[in-house]
Amino acid sequence: MTEVTLTVNGKAVKRDVPDTMLLVEFLREELRLTGTHVGCDTSQCGACVVHLDGKAVKSCTTLAAQASGGTVITIEGLANGALHPMQKAFNDNHGLQCGFCTPGMIMSGVDMVARYKAAGKELTEHAIREELEGNICRCTGYHNIVKSIQQAAGEM
Amino acid sequence: MYPTKYHRPASLAEALQLLADNEDAKLLAGGQTLLPTMKQHLAAPEAVIDLSASGLSGISNGGTMVTIGAMTTHAEVAASADIAAIVPVLNSVASGIGDPAVRHRGTIGGSISNNDPSADYPAALVGLDARIVTNKRELAADEFFDGMFATALEEDEIVTQVRVVQPKRAAYVKFPNPASRYAMVGVMVAETASGIRVAVTGAGEDGVFRHEGLEAALSADFSPGAVDGVEVEADGLLTDMHATAEYRAHLVKVMAKRAVAAC
Repeated sequence: MTEVTLTVNGKAVKRDVPDTMLLVEFLREELRLTGTHVGCDTSQCGACVVHLDGKAVKSCTTLAAQASGGTVITIEGLANGALHPMQKAFNDNHGLQCGFCTPGMIMSGVDMVARYKAAGKELTEHAIREELEGNICRCTGYHNIVKSIQQAAGEM
Repeated sequence: MYPTKYHRPASLAEALQLLADNEDAKLLAGGQTLLPTMKQHLAAPEAVIDLSASGLSGISNGGTMVTIGAMTTHAEVAASADIAAIVPVLNSVASGIGDPAVRHRGTIGGSISNNDPSADYPAALVGLDARIVTNKRELAADEFFDGMFATALEEDEIVTQVRVVQPKRAAYVKFPNPASRYAMVGVMVAETASGIRVAVTGAGEDGVFRHEGLEAALSADFSPGAVDGVEVEADGLLTDMHATAEYRAHLVKVMAKRAVAAC
């Protein structure tokens, strides 16, 4: 067992968990934050993307122990009273169908917009499609997801 | 995942001590290969030693040489202005590895120590005639990579840095597998102080290799057309469900041409 201390969505948490516990298991099973999904469990699909210390990571391919001491934002931590502009954009543009991949899409979307802004680069439609390489959606054909991220990029 | 004991040493010295004390330990860099391997029960180390707090991260600009700490992530290499000023081809290599979330965790030291036969960094570093620094010695990339998933690293050795001298020109082009996005074939072409170097990943049964025929042809005439006259043998190349050795041999030439054109 290992002691994991994290700040999750602004709240300090501490748990004794097995050394092998994945960050996604910690979030879902210890904290009951089930908005973060496990799709493939092999780091292909991106349904488990959260922000660790400000960067998008696949929480199925990170140990909770590795994250210890860090700050995590999950899909539950994005809305601040009102929906986050990225969440609102997915709603406005019908950027989801079944919704399973959506938490990961939104967390990756927020991460890419922040990175492009910090680098002073334009987040074009082509760039969004490239950036979504690690997020798989089997319903939408991506078109409305891309439109949602484009809209949010203009509002963030 | 089988049970393991997680350690996060606060220094390289402490990491080396843990490595010496735990016979069946694995070093954990970004974990983007080791953790999936452990989840699939293909690896079951009794201990994992996380190097993230061992002070092995960072990029330093030495004018005509760049030094990259082993725990520097692919995203950091991709975005580095120092690397862009000295070896811009490494920005592009790093920005093509995995996906954005994987690049936030995966590291250069982890990638080269694993020496996956389809990984990008082995070809990049062999092509650029890079030096690999460990806690014990400094090795040429040519000596470091030693067959599929094998390196010259000894049991008590940890990669600490990678050093790359500014090439005259260089480009890396890969043909990614449509599903996994790993290189089916990736070719680094570079003109360095030691001449023209052509390194190939994804194709060799023994992992990364240099192609002497291509190097000789490009030394005589550095143009995409010079690749046409070179015979790339299918012998010793990989055949798997994705491609035959013959197809990979063809791809080596196509990727080499594109890399020369991009130089």
